[in-house]
Amino acid sequence: MDAGRKTAKLVQIKNQSAARHDGKISKVNEKKMASTDIDRGVRGLRDRKKHYSIFSLARQAGEYHQGWQQAWRHAEPKPEYDAVIIGGGGHGLATAYYLASVHNMTNIAVIEKGWLGGGNTGRNTTIIRSNYLWDESAAIYEHAMKLWEGLAQDLNFNIMFSQRGVLTIAHSEHELKEMSRRVHAIRLNGIDSDILSPEEIKEFVPIMNMDSTIRYPVMGGFLQKRGGTARHDAVAWGYARAADDMGVDIIQNCEVTGLRRQGRKITGIETTKGLIKTRKVGCVVAGHSSVLAEMAGIRLPIASRPLQALVSEPIKPILDTVIMSNAVHMYISQSDKGEMVLGAGVDKYNSYAQRGSFPVPEHMLAAAVELFPVLSRLRMLRHWGGIVDTCPDASPILSRTDIEGLYFNCGWGTGGFKATPGSGHVFADLIANDRPNDIAAPYALNRFETGLLIDEHGAAGVAH
Amino acid sequence: MLEIKCPYCGPRDEEEFSCGGEAHIARPLSENSLSDKDFADYLFYRDNPKGVFLERWRHTAGCRRWFNIARDTLTHHILEIYPMGAKPASKAGRTAYSKNWRRNSQAEIAAQPASQKTDKTSSAKR
Repeated sequence: MDAGRKTAKLVQIKNQSAARHDGKISKVNEKKMASTDIDRGVRGLRDRKKHYSIFSLARQAGEYHQGWQQAWRHAEPKPEYDAVIIGGGGHGLATAYYLASVHNMTNIAVIEKGWLGGGNTGRNTTIIRSNYLWDESAAIYEHAMKLWEGLAQDLNFNIMFSQRGVLTIAHSEHELKEMSRRVHAIRLNGIDSDILSPEEIKEFVPIMNMDSTIRYPVMGGFLQKRGGTARHDAVAWGYARAADDMGVDIIQNCEVTGLRRQGRKITGIETTKGLIKTRKVGCVVAGHSSVLAEMAGIRLPIASRPLQALVSEPIKPILDTVIMSNAVHMYISQSDKGEMVLGAGVDKYNSYAQRGSFPVPEHMLAAAVELFPVLSRLRMLRHWGGIVDTCPDASPILSRTDIEGLYFNCGWGTGGFKATPGSGHVFADLIANDRPNDIAAPYALNRFETGLLIDEHGAAGVAH
Repeated sequence: MLEIKCPYCGPRDEEEFSCGGEAHIARPLSENSLSDKDFADYLFYRDNPKGVFLERWRHTAGCRRWFNIARDTLTHHILEIYPMGAKPASKAGRTAYSKNWRRNSQAEIAAQPASQKTDKTSSAKR
């Protein structure tokens, strides 16, 4: 379906949906959905020589592309910083960027043990959405969504953010009812969500198998039009380049081996490149969070599990949206290179190996082929895994700790990529001000004494 | 794919088993005497080592019995398989058991029957 017809179709679905759900709610939602007063920091780069534009492209072409600047410096660690972020993935780099851009903390560093964005940031299936059930979840993921919208301009970097829609399929009467409740909760939070009938789904996704006799028939679905994908590597690179532009040191191939304390206060970090003194440490290392926590004598309720994903060989465009299914536990989209990008749930055992067992993708592909028979003759091109830090309530941890100056941002489990800008923005605020804002407050570590967010586990959208 | 030697049925594919997570978590017998913070140690907090991990597994598609495995979470190498209710025998397994923070938690102490209850300092030596 070409772009023009697709837009027209989306508008038609939206109008039909609004008519069904009472047009008044739609208007309220649209007003709430407008980006209000989020402090996004500096827009664009300060160093205009590095700025990307059609003019810089033309100028560089005239000089045989000899003059392109390095996107970020390969910094060596200074003896001391005002703050150090451990973890050079999307969340860590975003945190550093917002610390510099919003809070004017530029004497900071990002420490990464491997290569920038080489962890889960480079291993996810790039899905972005904010259609969560719980109010606390809606707040943080929608905060991220508002930052995604306009992020390419903020960072002056093409992150290939594509709001192609995220459609979640319902396969049973029970799922239809649960979906209806979810959609209402999402809309009451001012976030877009529309229910589609099977006929509308077939028009929206021509390759879907709508046969009512298959094991998991398609009985309906709900669509977040503003959801979609972005190029995961580009998000890391974009944040790195913009943070570096503000003077943030990005230090790769540097592993943290210990956390230095004086009493209950952080005084620095021990690394493979020596001691670095600092009063504030933000840990953003996903699957390795427990390893860092143990260095500080802190406990976390996290289990590190393998999360696998795969891509098919590249083919011509056949899918221009993101499809998710809870019952069959599969999510699929098509990258701009033409590869079908597929993922499922975590393996059942703990692992730091960045690989899982074959039955997980095998079961996922069986379901994918039933739902999209056209996939059956495709070859798998590449398959990999990451280490996801899962929490008992499928919700992240954004928290101070018992140690002054030590902050943790982890527990995003299988759903971290979509939150990247929101996570960094809110964590930077927590580190800079030493107190959580309204969005971060529910995610404090002490919530496990009350079980505040436990019900989100059943509602997170995809089973963990 | 892990191949797991069920102590009762023999070697089987991982698919036949369910994983029960961290092993040796004893339920507090007098949970009303624990604070919410200490009860959270039992209910939510888990060991998550990069290295030797003691897990409980169940042969769901076979004999349906539970047993314990000492497994390395970085290499997936299975060091030891030992019965439910027993403690690990291997050196690495015994180290993993005794070094686990849970041994010193109030929830674990509350799991001991009153007749066997020892004070916190002697339980730390276990």
